[in-house]
Amino acid sequence: MWPIYILNGFYFSALIFLISLGLNIILGVMGILNLAHGSLYAIGAFMAAWAIIALGKGTPISLIYASLISGAILAALFGLFMEYFLIRPMYKRALEYQLLITFGTLLLLEDVIKMIWGGEAYYASRPFDVLGKVHILGNPYPAYFLLVMIVTLLIGLLVWVFMAKTKVGIMLRAISLDREMATALGLNIHKLSTFAFVLGAALAGLAGALIVPTTAALLGFGMEPLILAFIVVVVGGLGSLKGALVGSLIVGQTRSIGIVVFPEIELALLFLIAAVILVAKPEGLFGR
Amino acid sequence: MKVDLERTILRPKVIIYLAIIVVLLFLPRFLSTFNLILFEYGLTFAIVALGFNLLFGYTGLLSFGHGAYFTAGAYGVAMMAKYFPELYSMEILIPGALFVSFIMSAIFGFLCVRHTKIFFAILALALSMLVYALVFKFYHITGGSDGLYVKIPRMFGMTFEGVRRPQFLSGVYYYFLLSIFVLTCITMKGIVNSPFGKALQAVRDNEIRAELIGIRVRRYRLYAFILSGMFTGLGGALWTFINGQVTPDVSHWVFSGEIVYMTLLGGFAIFEGPIIGAIIFTFLKLYAMGSTEYWMFIIGATLIILVLLLPTGIAGGVKSLTDIIRGKRLFSGGASHVNR
Amino acid sequence: MLTVDHLKKYFGDVKAVDDVSLEIKGGEIVSLVGSNGAGKTTLVNLISGYLMPDSGRIVFDDSNITYASMYKRIKMGIGRSFQIMSLFDNATVLDNVRIPLFSRYEMIRKGLLPADRYTDIKNEAFDILDLFSISDKDYLSPKDLSEGDGKVLDVAIAFSLKSKLLLLDEPTSGVATGDKFNVMDTIVSALRNENISAIVIEHDMDIVADYSDRVLAMHEGKIIAEGKPNEIMQDRNVRSILFGIGEQNVSGN
Repeated sequence: MWPIYILNGFYFSALIFLISLGLNIILGVMGILNLAHGSLYAIGAFMAAWAIIALGKGTPISLIYASLISGAILAALFGLFMEYFLIRPMYKRALEYQLLITFGTLLLLEDVIKMIWGGEAYYASRPFDVLGKVHILGNPYPAYFLLVMIVTLLIGLLVWVFMAKTKVGIMLRAISLDREMATALGLNIHKLSTFAFVLGAALAGLAGALIVPTTAALLGFGMEPLILAFIVVVVGGLGSLKGALVGSLIVGQTRSIGIVVFPEIELALLFLIAAVILVAKPEGLFGR
Repeated sequence: MKVDLERTILRPKVIIYLAIIVVLLFLPRFLSTFNLILFEYGLTFAIVALGFNLLFGYTGLLSFGHGAYFTAGAYGVAMMAKYFPELYSMEILIPGALFVSFIMSAIFGFLCVRHTKIFFAILALALSMLVYALVFKFYHITGGSDGLYVKIPRMFGMTFEGVRRPQFLSGVYYYFLLSIFVLTCITMKGIVNSPFGKALQAVRDNEIRAELIGIRVRRYRLYAFILSGMFTGLGGALWTFINGQVTPDVSHWVFSGEIVYMTLLGGFAIFEGPIIGAIIFTFLKLYAMGSTEYWMFIIGATLIILVLLLPTGIAGGVKSLTDIIRGKRLFSGGASHVNR
Repeated sequence: MLTVDHLKKYFGDVKAVDDVSLEIKGGEIVSLVGSNGAGKTTLVNLISGYLMPDSGRIVFDDSNITYASMYKRIKMGIGRSFQIMSLFDNATVLDNVRIPLFSRYEMIRKGLLPADRYTDIKNEAFDILDLFSISDKDYLSPKDLSEGDGKVLDVAIAFSLKSKLLLLDEPTSGVATGDKFNVMDTIVSALRNENISAIVIEHDMDIVADYSDRVLAMHEGKIIAEGKPNEIMQDRNVRSILFGIGEQNVSGN
């Protein structure tokens, strides 16, 4: 059974990775901790679920998969709106105000989700069911989980290449390393920050969309991933993409193995590991 | 040298405070039981918010995890009620709540103050969610999602068997709560005006220079954290007697966020700000919940408007107004952080 | 009272402080001059304890403080002010000076009364402000002070710690030329009053000439000249390095 638990660990890691990647990009480039990140994730989930249900049973499966992207798109749009109207006025203000505005946005969005989609659970399991199971080492394993892992890996690679090789990516990294210097060099901080925020939101929305075939979208279900993403950021180091990867692996595996071995306290176990890492290295594993 | 009014008891501010206390003493006569109990909720949160603001307004550390210490006080009381009924009297409960919240804030504070700003905020938040998770997991002790019921405790030799809660709350308990509230205010004012309080403000304003004038920044942050947690735990315990029940959501970070909100609402730069914010928020939240199912939207929207337009909160806004009327110079720039 | 012995601090290949030795006597005001990057600030950082040296010794008041913590050095009497003003912006001017006093008298942990009740400390704070000629601004916010007064307050804060040695990093930088001499007058008379030694990093040669007992000139991590102000001004090496005047410079071209 152990290979299955480890695979599950990778599956959790994949989803948490997408969310923390977005959180870390926003944190690194803009210096803002987006407390509303879980709501963007939830928006992605609800949108994707709604789209799949709306398309109906007869729709070809490729279209169903394509509609998952709608979650990312809607989350990105909300992110754009948020950044432009709420966060940009806060640039010059103290950090605490930025945190408070994202907290206010969280409360707002939770009810906006309720307003748009009501209070019931949204199920959309077709993308999951259609793939069936594969056999790994004699055990049946949902193929959809493998798909998620592959997709996440690809996206991780894409983001890495983007950050390392493209002009925009390099500019984003410059800002995250030294904002003042970047401004002095003439980079358009506003546009790039908006881009970073929208990218982060899109990743969160995508994570939500990807999970919806396996779990129902419910009000308030963005909270737990948010906390786990925070732990990833803290353990991996603020603003570090490598840290997000390693952190997600740690969190995902601890979760998966913890649920089996220490079901009562697997979250506490996670915190314990995080605490140990922080005591040894206060900036996180790859933090500055 | 300026004339020192500090020694004069008859300062205008003191007279106003005395007048307010007199009004509060007679409040049960004016307010309906419903509103009185609501006001009492407000008073417990005022104590919580004062404690929170010691750390935020005066020391400059924003914690989205103060619910953990509220929980320590609240569940501390509730578990006493369940497991140690012989000890279930107020004289033991209040020190007990202070003790439990002391332990929790000492441990969590030690972990948190090694970091600043964002890291600190995340860590404080995460730790309170740890408490949240633990409360659920150990449901056989804590009652899990159902929580625990809390009956009226014995107080100073009096028992309240057979007394209905509203009666208790509008009678003896109100005066008890009021005295603790006044004591809290006096103690907090003492802390804030003491050399220690001034050192905290120096740490808030210029951490590096504070270190360079010989102030042990990390140590004093920890002391502030612990004091802050203890006041919050005290508020939590007092709240429990009004509520009659504790549930895990008081350790959720959104609840902690409400504590932050009410402090901001009242104004974090003025001593009385958190008190005003706590009381107004209590009534505001009930009104919002009563008039629409989308009350979180209202709270969220008002928070955003507050941050954008009135960051110094209600008390701060009033103060700026009176300063203008009196023709006094305003301190330069946006949110004046000077605490009086 | 301060002896620095063959102090070295390298950052990789950069020899920020390269075998520096010097001595400061009680009550001396010594200016430290040199072009940017000469190592002045690094030297001051080493003496204040912000940086630890790679080799060498620092002895203050007969104690070896080479690797002592910054905190310990502050308690022993080494204070520091900054090139960029570093004040407590949200406290009153009086409190900016009062808080270091509380720290010095260990009142922060022990003081249970309201701060204003400690009239001795309050009076001492007023006296310090008086010494620095800013006592009429006692209840103002530092944000409302002129640049010159702000720099003076910055020094006053370091002074409040009853330091025996003050390390002043460009105390007149950012101050309008007309005010520079007033600012230095105020600071130096306060120091002389209490017989406090100071190492002053300064670029303005007129200031250096008027207020220093001695001048140390640094270049590329080494002390290249030392002496009375007018001697240093005449020294050809120093002049060519600092002002680009003359045919000869240290690297010998």
